[in-house]
Amino acid sequence: MKPLEDYLIVDFSQFLSGPSASLRLADLGARVIKIEKPGTGDICRTLYTSDLIMNGESSVFHTINRNKESFAIDFKQPSELEKLKKLLAKADVVMHNFRPGVMERVGLSYDDVKKINPNIIYGEISGYGTKSELRDLPGQDLLLQSLTALTWLSGNQEDGPVPMGLSIVDMLAGAHLAQGILAALYRKATHNIGAVVQVSMLESSFDFQFETITTFFNDGGELPVRTKSNNAHAYLGAPYGIYKTKNGYLALAMGSIPVLASLLKCDALLQFPENKFGLRDEIKNILAEHLQTQDTEFWLNILEPADIWCAKVLNYQQLFSEDGFKVLDFTQQVEMLDGYSYKTTRCPIKIDGEIFTSTKGSPKLGQDNERIIKEFIDC
Amino acid sequence: MRPLEGLVVLEFCQFLAGPSAGLKLADLGARVIKIERPVKGEACRQLSIKDLFVDDSSLLFHTINRNKESFAADLKNPDDLVLVKKLIAKADIMTHNFRPGVMEKIGLAFDDTLTINPKIIYGTITGYGDKGPWANKPGQDLLLQSLSGLSWLSGRKSQEPVPFGLAVADLMCGNHFVQGILAALLKRAKTGKGVLVEVSLLESVLDVQFEAITSYLNDGGQQPERGDVKGSAHAFLSAPYGVYQTQEGYLSLAMGDLLFIGDALEIDLSKYADKALWFSKRDEIRELLSEKLLTQTADYWLNLLQQKGIWCGKVLNYKELNNQSFVNELELKQTVQNSAGEKMVTTRSPIQLDGEILGSTKAAPKVGEDNLAIHEEFIR
Repeated sequence: MKPLEDYLIVDFSQFLSGPSASLRLADLGARVIKIEKPGTGDICRTLYTSDLIMNGESSVFHTINRNKESFAIDFKQPSELEKLKKLLAKADVVMHNFRPGVMERVGLSYDDVKKINPNIIYGEISGYGTKSELRDLPGQDLLLQSLTALTWLSGNQEDGPVPMGLSIVDMLAGAHLAQGILAALYRKATHNIGAVVQVSMLESSFDFQFETITTFFNDGGELPVRTKSNNAHAYLGAPYGIYKTKNGYLALAMGSIPVLASLLKCDALLQFPENKFGLRDEIKNILAEHLQTQDTEFWLNILEPADIWCAKVLNYQQLFSEDGFKVLDFTQQVEMLDGYSYKTTRCPIKIDGEIFTSTKGSPKLGQDNERIIKEFIDC
Repeated sequence: MRPLEGLVVLEFCQFLAGPSAGLKLADLGARVIKIERPVKGEACRQLSIKDLFVDDSSLLFHTINRNKESFAADLKNPDDLVLVKKLIAKADIMTHNFRPGVMEKIGLAFDDTLTINPKIIYGTITGYGDKGPWANKPGQDLLLQSLSGLSWLSGRKSQEPVPFGLAVADLMCGNHFVQGILAALLKRAKTGKGVLVEVSLLESVLDVQFEAITSYLNDGGQQPERGDVKGSAHAFLSAPYGVYQTQEGYLSLAMGDLLFIGDALEIDLSKYADKALWFSKRDEIRELLSEKLLTQTADYWLNLLQQKGIWCGKVLNYKELNNQSFVNELELKQTVQNSAGEKMVTTRSPIQLDGEILGSTKAAPKVGEDNLAIHEEFIR
């Protein structure tokens, strides 16, 4: 059995952060109903990335919204709002990621929903919390990465700010909301009380950087400094980084420099008897030059038997042909109601040996209206 | 009351992924007891960055292990193992991230544990799952980033692979671990039986890439291609998405109507009226934007663009961030104190429940600091 079987989640959220949380809950067994605006629906449906349109809608939407139902309803109309409230009365969880104030204005704040459903778990994601002066700014991933200084950790010293190349803050906030909702559901199961769970992208980005921010707080205000080349972590010494080889790239995580010098037969490294943090640029330079003289496999064959932490650097095509990837069964085929079928990834969590897959593709806007009305509203 | 109040977690995990999950459970109200080898304790205690220590243990260890207790026991010593088994009998959850086979040898595999406590939730973190050719490779963050394709998403096309500058595989895996354990608690509440939860760094770092991988799978195997202008921010997004240098400071521009943005900046972008060009000519367009944005300060542009509702923001470093008034308004910092009275400032739980911050003033424990009390309470 799936752990969240029998739970009903009504999800007003759009884009990535909220929907990524409800996807996880859906994969864990919950029934997730997306509440969407008639006509346009979740804005993510038309948020195209790299021109990739699948079955008339964005690939991003299909990735994040599989395994869900769609209920198109204009709840700004009082009569429609009343219908929606009948659905909310039966829900275990309501969640949204509107800017602060929006749900209050339409009459669906936590207090409003509690009146219909006293033990509801009410989850919300904001960009910057509901109290700060920034509360009305757009909660967009790149803007949050920029605001929270995340852009000064990746890339090399002279690169300027380097954002992490995916919507990492959205995904963190979604992961934290899912945690808060699950914890609240557990409390509801054991004590029969509801909860409001709030996360913000701002706080999630702080949490993600808890090690580096805490270091900053306790390091006399010294800013993190990336290495001049081959940087992979501003606070770690050589060799930590990715290096070019004759035919590709090699990642080197740890290893004492004298040991590496002898394994790699790199005499120029012998001048560094210790892993001095202050000398990491020089050490990385020498390593970078030396590692270019042979193929990746040549180095791996020396380093791996010696228990040096290293790996080749793969792209998706190379990764997908590796047995280490294939044994995971990490991709799955899903199908939409109209028969359109696509491949995507699955839930990363395994429980009692069970991998949580689902063949259900993303919903067409409003495809489940009739059934939901019959089941929850006209009954 | 916090949602996990009354639950006892035994944490056999080391380093980052597992302990970061333990920290989340602790902040949600669980009592988390680290099971550590005597004297030296968990390996992370000696792993420091910039040689920063709080007491005998590194600041890094303290960041990850606040709000926990410590029970020192040598799992290879039969007497200690008996004590640990008595603890397991009373616990709700146990977690470990040993390589496949280690707990089996000690006699604390899931099946063994069920005979001691049939209701135990048993969580494991591995690097690459428990089968296949990578199962025994070291589960280290940079290696996972490198193997999973992640290093081709940041930076510029003409650069080498650019890894994320912090342990993203570890941290996402820790987050998934928490989700799995919480879901297992719900399952146990229904069935009354023990539950096994398994996550791996590899699956977690792939899950972070679910959008990019799904695009790859449905786009005829096309690899993501990074933009080649400084400040490129996302392989799949069109201009203007990215970071720009200004006369003073940096400015981020998120997605938006390029022509409208061009008007606001007084740049003629009319030859890019066709939206398809915003992606295919993004480097060219971003060069044009860069040139213009260099002529004024970030504050100047921010003022101008935000008034027009354009999604943009300033790029801060830690010093600037720390000076923002919202850091105090939102209580983003908290001070923790250890049993010797030593204090440190760190971050707090990102989750708020019933309008309250899940704060905690308890610092990380010394090795075996709670042996006596735990012995009294659970074992004797």
